[in-house]
Parts: sequence; C-alpha cells; structure tokens
Amino acid sequence: MSILVDENTKLVVQGVTGREGQFHTLRNRAYGTNVVAGVTPGKAGQDVEGIPVFNTVRDAVEATGANTSMIFVPPRFATDAIYESLDAGIDLTIAITEGIPAHDMMRVYTHLQRSNQRLLGPNCPGAISPGKATVGIMPTDVFTPGRVGIVSRSGTLTYQISKEIGDLGIGQSTVVGIGGDPIVGSSFIDTLQMFEADPETDLVVMVGEIGGDEEEKAGEFIAANMKTPVVGYIAGFQAPPGKQMGHAGAIITGSSGTAQGKKDALEALGVRVGTNPTEVAEIVADTLK
Amino acid sequence: MDLFEYQGKQLFAKYGLAVPSGEVADTPEQAKAAAEAIGGTVVVKAQVQVGGRGKAGGIKLAKDPDEAYAEADNILGMDIKGHVVKRLWIEAASDIKKEYYASVTFDRSAKKPLVMLSAMGGMDIEAVAEEHPEALARLHVDPLVGFQPHHARWLIYHADIDEPAQKGVLDALTKAYEAFIGLEATLIEINPLIWTADDRVVALDAKVSIDNNALYRHPDLEALKESVTDDEQERMAHERGVTYVKLDGDVGIMGNGAGIVMSSLDVVALAGGRPANFLDAGGGSNAEAVATALEVLLSDPKVKSLMINIFGGITRCDEVAEGLLTALDKLGATLPIVVRLDGTAAEAGRAIIAERAPANVVVEPTMLSAAKRAVELAKEAS
Repeated sequence: MSILVDENTKLVVQGVTGREGQFHTLRNRAYGTNVVAGVTPGKAGQDVEGIPVFNTVRDAVEATGANTSMIFVPPRFATDAIYESLDAGIDLTIAITEGIPAHDMMRVYTHLQRSNQRLLGPNCPGAISPGKATVGIMPTDVFTPGRVGIVSRSGTLTYQISKEIGDLGIGQSTVVGIGGDPIVGSSFIDTLQMFEADPETDLVVMVGEIGGDEEEKAGEFIAANMKTPVVGYIAGFQAPPGKQMGHAGAIITGSSGTAQGKKDALEALGVRVGTNPTEVAEIVADTLK
Repeated sequence: MDLFEYQGKQLFAKYGLAVPSGEVADTPEQAKAAAEAIGGTVVVKAQVQVGGRGKAGGIKLAKDPDEAYAEADNILGMDIKGHVVKRLWIEAASDIKKEYYASVTFDRSAKKPLVMLSAMGGMDIEAVAEEHPEALARLHVDPLVGFQPHHARWLIYHADIDEPAQKGVLDALTKAYEAFIGLEATLIEINPLIWTADDRVVALDAKVSIDNNALYRHPDLEALKESVTDDEQERMAHERGVTYVKLDGDVGIMGNGAGIVMSSLDVVALAGGRPANFLDAGGGSNAEAVATALEVLLSDPKVKSLMINIFGGITRCDEVAEGLLTALDKLGATLPIVVRLDGTAAEAGRAIIAERAPANVVVEPTMLSAAKRAVELAKEAS
C-alpha cells in the first residue's frame, strides 16, 4: 500500500494545455501515472499527446471515471477550478497553483469540511508513491520505493531530505507535499492519520516550518494516536517576526509560530527533531534499526 | 502587506468607519497647514510600523498650528526602534470617555475570521488576553455566512460595552468586518476604538494588513506597496520579482525554494555565522533568475561571502552553473562564493564551475560543509 496516489489513480489535469501543465502532465504519465483526461474550457475534442481534453471536469469524469484531479491553472482561476473539481465529485484534488488569496481558501476550506473529499495544497508540489504513481511537480529521480512516509510544507526541502535518507539506503512509501499557504486543504494531522493506517509505512518524517500552529497540533495527535514513529524537522529558526519567508504561510505573527516553539512543543511530546536535513536522515536510520 | 496608520484610516473612512479628520504631512510646513485646516487642538503622529510610538515621543498634542510645526519638526527624522520617521499624520484631537479594543483577524488555526472586542482598550491586547481573558470577547465567523448583527450583539454584551456606546460599537464592528472582507485583509485592528464625550464611537488607531496574494484584485492597494518598503535591496528584489528578506548578518544566501532557503539560513547559524538575507530564486531557477538574484545580493555592502544552495529537481544544476558564470562575468564580483549543487545534473554543474569559474568561486559537496565554508570566508573577509 501507500497513500493518496497509486496504481488506482485516474488523473484528470485542469489546465492541461498550458505550458507548465502540459510539461508536468507528460512527466507524470512517463513515470507511470494513469493520466486519463485533461480539462481546458473551450478545447474539448483536442488531445495532449493522446490525452483527451474536455471542457469541464464533470464531462471528463463522466467519460473517463477520473478520481483524482491536478490543478495547474493561474491563481485568479484556481479557486473556481478547486470548486469545479469538488462539485464533479473528484475524491482527491491536488492544487499546485501558488498565489491563491487567503480569503478564497477560508471559504474553500469551510466548503470542503461538508464533504468526504480531500484537497492537497494549494501551493504544493503534489504527492508521489515511488514506483507506483506521481501527481505533481516533484523530481522523481530523488525517490526510491520503501517504507518511510514523508509529509512536508516545503517542496525542495522534501527532495533534500528524501535524498539524504536515500543515500542511507532508505526508500519512501509516499511523499506528500501539503503546501506552503496559510490555509491548505489537508493538514499534517490528516496526512499522519493516513500514514498511521498504512501497513507499508514504518516511520514518518514530518517537515514543518515557521508560521501557524499545525506542527504543534500534529505533535499532540502523534502523542495520542500514533504507533508509527515520527521524526520531525522545522525550518526557519533564523526568520525574523512579521516577515513572510517565501511561502505565504511562513510567517511568525507576534510571538507565535516560531521554529523554536514548534521544536520545543514536538520534543516535549516525545517527537525527535533534527536540527538539519542530514541529522534528520541519521535519526530516521537510527530509529529504524 | 502591513499598512501605515494613515493608510488604514483613509480606508476605514471609505468603509464608513468613523475616524478623526486628518491629513498627511511630510514637512513641518505641511503639518502647520494641516493643523490650520483641521482647526483646534490636533495630534501629531509619527507614521512608523512599530509599537510604542507614544512612549518614544512620536505622538504629541499641539494646541495651535505653530505648536504643530514645532512638534512635527521634532518628530520627523526621529528614530523609533530602528524606524526613521518620514511621514506624519495630523488629526483632530478627541475627547475620550473610554477606550475599547476591536479587531477582525484571519485565524489560520481555525481557518475562519475571528472577531474580538474588549472594554479594556488602549493597551497591549496580548497582555489583556493573558491577564483578563474574560474581558476579551472572541467569536469565529463562518466565512460562508458572514458577520450578522447577532454576532455583534453577542460580542458587545460579553465584552461589557457601556450602554450609550453599544449602538456605535455595533456599527463599527459591522463596518470593520466589511472592510476585512472588502480589502481581503488578514488583520483589521482598532486599538483604541474610543467612546467620545459626545457619545460617538471613533477609530483612534488603525492596524491593517492585506493578503499579498489578493493584491491583483485591488490595484489601489497594490499601489501602496511602494510606500511600505524602504529597504534598498527589498525594493530592488520586489521590482525584479525576487523573494527576498533582509537580515542583519554578513553571509549572503540564495537557493531555490522557500524551505531549502530557510533551512540554509539555519545551517549557516549552526555553523556560527549570521545570514544576511533570505532569497528564494524560485523553483524553475534558470540562468537569468540566478543573475537577477545575484544582482540583488551583491548590491548589499554588508555581504562578505555568499552561499548558493541548489537542489536540482525541475531546476537543472548545469543551467544554474551557467547562470552563475554569466552573472559573475557581468557583475564582476570578487567576494568569496560557495556553491553547493545537488540533484538533477549536479555533476555537470560542478564540472562547469570547476573548469570555468573564477578563483573566488568554490564548490562544496553538502549543505553543511557549504555553510561552514561560507561562514569561515565571511569571517576572514571582515
């Protein structure tokens, strides 16, 4: 097993005919992901190297049985694209788009709570179950099949940590980028819960950063509900308060959301936290011994 | 984006929220003219984005235009906790009966707007929340339902707002919520919201933060961005579309991706150094992006060495290396530069640097060793 994406994924790509959308769609297919459809309004009947294009997500779902959507449309159209995917009954929507306004996401999130559907992102690199399927923009070469799950708010840091543990001969079950925005559809807890239920995940690495309190909440969840060991990493110890560090969500507000606060909270709850990616990999190897 | 008080008050007025009449002044002469136009006693207020302006002497009463001139002359150029006062807000003085606190914030933990009201205004609200939690009424709003009058009533009764001021506070809360939604703000804070001697309710301060991601829908607010950035490198980075934050150290840092750059800053600090900045050259860092980023970094005279940390995914390390060479050729930088390349085409990238880069560019195999080297080189250079 693995979580979120695998050989049962039937992917529809919203924004498939754009430059980025097309590039990553074809990369995902080349890795082995079952890409069944694309959507671009007004371009029904066309195809992208054999992938049929539809006008709407509902049309794509009816014709192909797509169960997962990847969103590649620009920020000003992306909120609508998320609602369209949810309304078409897609089980898992993965929004890659960076720059969706926070007020839009408050409403999307509230709407999402009324269904059993999942949203990953926005502003996320997607998810990969090595050897099975990838949906998103992750560089697939970095990952090898294995039994460590990774969940992260950052893309590049995930690749870095995956490579470091890969260098120690350890592969991944699924790697999940939940996104760097202040409000994202799936939290650390949502993802940890799935990893806990996955018999093929023996350990989870949680990669957090400054801003918000999702890492602290995850710590409490881990202490109360998880048998699978979790190793933590937090980025942003040097970040000054009030400054957005690249990600819209990476900002210390007043005295809350600091890296030290998160590290202390996790350690107090029994989660080991590495001070740099290399040390995280060493703790993973040590824990798995 | 955090706005200045005067910008917040001008926006409040657009939403029908009562504010004292006032004008902006950049010189003592303008302050005097503003005081004449407003009439009576005025308050001269330093426009800086830092708390404790009053204690630092940045807020003064002036009984007439000449006094306004003198106070303005005194406050302009003043350094308040590292912020130099360049602009003043001159407004009519208010006759205060009582100070309240009101805010609408974007509560990212609850993922909903949070409206707060207290009869203990005018002081640090975090301290009120800590010492008198019962005095701070808090209410989350379903963003798909919006702020209803009964929400306002609940807050007013629970915050124990004085009866003659209740109607005015209800109106102020409603307008503040409208401003929060209309401006796509992440914070609307009014501290104090005052009850005046003539029973009006007026916003005496304004703290407004706007979601950067929403600015494309608010061109009028986008135009304010220029006025809120006063650091040279931050302004330069903004113009070039580079994500940059200035820090106070001497090791310049650049990488691709917010997470890896944050991590690079931390690793430099662990190696005993002090990062000079955060700079994310972006996911698809091509040669041009590298050159642009370097230009911003090299324009900061504090920077003594550079650490370039690239993990190639979709970004190719050989392209980054080429970009670096092109940029160095153009900019002629001589300070030590430590490069760490990993991931896609890393070997090709390292080979390009080994063969063709000038002697001030060195390659290190890991993030940790690159950070150590950059820190050593910065120390040697200072």
